[in-house]
Amino acid sequence: MAYHFDFNFVPDYAGMLAHGIGYTLGLTLLGGTLGTLIGIGGAISRTWNVRPFAGLYRCYVELFRNTPFLVQLFLIFFGLPSLGIKLTEWQAAILAMVLNLGAYSTEIIRAGLQAIPKGLIEASESLAFTRWQTFFYVMLRPALLKVWPALSSQIVITMLGSSVCSQISAEELTFVANFIQSRNFRAFETYFLTTAIYFALAVIIRQALAAIGRYAIARRPQA
Amino acid sequence: MKVSHMFHSLALVGALALGSFASVAQADVLANITKANTIKIAVPQDFPPFGSVGADMKPTGYDIDVANLIAKELGTKVELVPVTSANRIPFLTTGKVDLVISSMGKNPDREKVIDFSAAYAPFFNGVFGPADVKISKPEELAGKTIGVTRGSIEDLELSKIAPSSATIKRFEDNNGTITAYLSGQTQLIATGNVVAAAVNERTKLRSLSVKFLVKNSPCFVGLAKGETALQTKVNDIIQKAKKSGALNEISKRWLHASLPTDL
Repeated sequence: MAYHFDFNFVPDYAGMLAHGIGYTLGLTLLGGTLGTLIGIGGAISRTWNVRPFAGLYRCYVELFRNTPFLVQLFLIFFGLPSLGIKLTEWQAAILAMVLNLGAYSTEIIRAGLQAIPKGLIEASESLAFTRWQTFFYVMLRPALLKVWPALSSQIVITMLGSSVCSQISAEELTFVANFIQSRNFRAFETYFLTTAIYFALAVIIRQALAAIGRYAIARRPQA
Repeated sequence: MKVSHMFHSLALVGALALGSFASVAQADVLANITKANTIKIAVPQDFPPFGSVGADMKPTGYDIDVANLIAKELGTKVELVPVTSANRIPFLTTGKVDLVISSMGKNPDREKVIDFSAAYAPFFNGVFGPADVKISKPEELAGKTIGVTRGSIEDLELSKIAPSSATIKRFEDNNGTITAYLSGQTQLIATGNVVAAAVNERTKLRSLSVKFLVKNSPCFVGLAKGETALQTKVNDIIQKAKKSGALNEISKRWLHASLPTDL
């Protein structure tokens, strides 16, 4: 245990680290929001078997849940240019995050919708709820509330998974860590710091999502 | 690990000691070569395109072609001795070989132990890109996107000399850097000339031609210390081969690029 930690390099790279944290948060925020919206769309299509979306979503979900995120990322960044679709590393990273999270959240939210008792829906109809009201107040909102912890976990997992975007030169937190490590060779300190930052980010995102769940989704409708 | 290190250093000390005796014993290697009508040349067999084992199990590559060329000019037979980068200098200092042609760069430590000829092969890190892109110095990278392997020599050097408006995209390994260039994600890449040659050989998707050098470390023929007669002869042969275009042919064959004029 003769190792001496030396964090003197941190001030030199503070700007880069901040940039990396911002990049990772941006990926998570955009990826989380759009991915959840895709998931809601997919869950609705599949629950009500809306053609042709139900079939398309089914293929999409199977494809993205059964392939590695890194390969999806490579396919988008290195593969699509062959078809004339050239995305920057930021666009490619966002697209991969959205598509990946969208596939998982489709299944998570679909589970929530399926867990709504049929009797509840019939009851709302007998109370003269419009179709929209039934869908929103009796189905979607309670479903989201039920699966919110699972969805939050998936978003955090996706945030942590965004570290592989460093492979396509996206300058997120892991990229910055690898960059610093390749310059000062202080691998232990660099990754120690990075681990701590990821941990803090995960805790913050989890708390923020919990707050959103409590205030935005659980809030009772105004009578 | 420790033991093998010690063994290596012992072997090296032994080799150096023997080497000093050997050079006393055979004061003029060139005379010995002429007498035996054979020149023994150390070549690599694990470093394509400079030296590898071909389909016929014989060594083949840039260094082997140069070895044959030198033997031909000397008018002697050639005996190729496969070496690794770790044992090539001991082979020379112990008199087991007369020359080392093993993509060897020059550095002060090596110059203490052996002598070098004129440069016979280009070995450098540079910025590469499509043939029609006109770039010849770092300042002209302004506004361009350059791919590079993170933490490599070319990354460290390029990061110092590239203008701030140039975008350096850093990838995990050579493969990522090359793929990014081939798929058009970067306009240029910085890499080694050997890597660029290998890419040009394997794919026609997008060619790589050199724009400017980032770090230059050409290859030299290694000789035992003090063999001035042989050194002069080898230098003459290399000079002649540069003029006649014979060396350029070898460069085109193995590196898929003409010999740089300043080599």
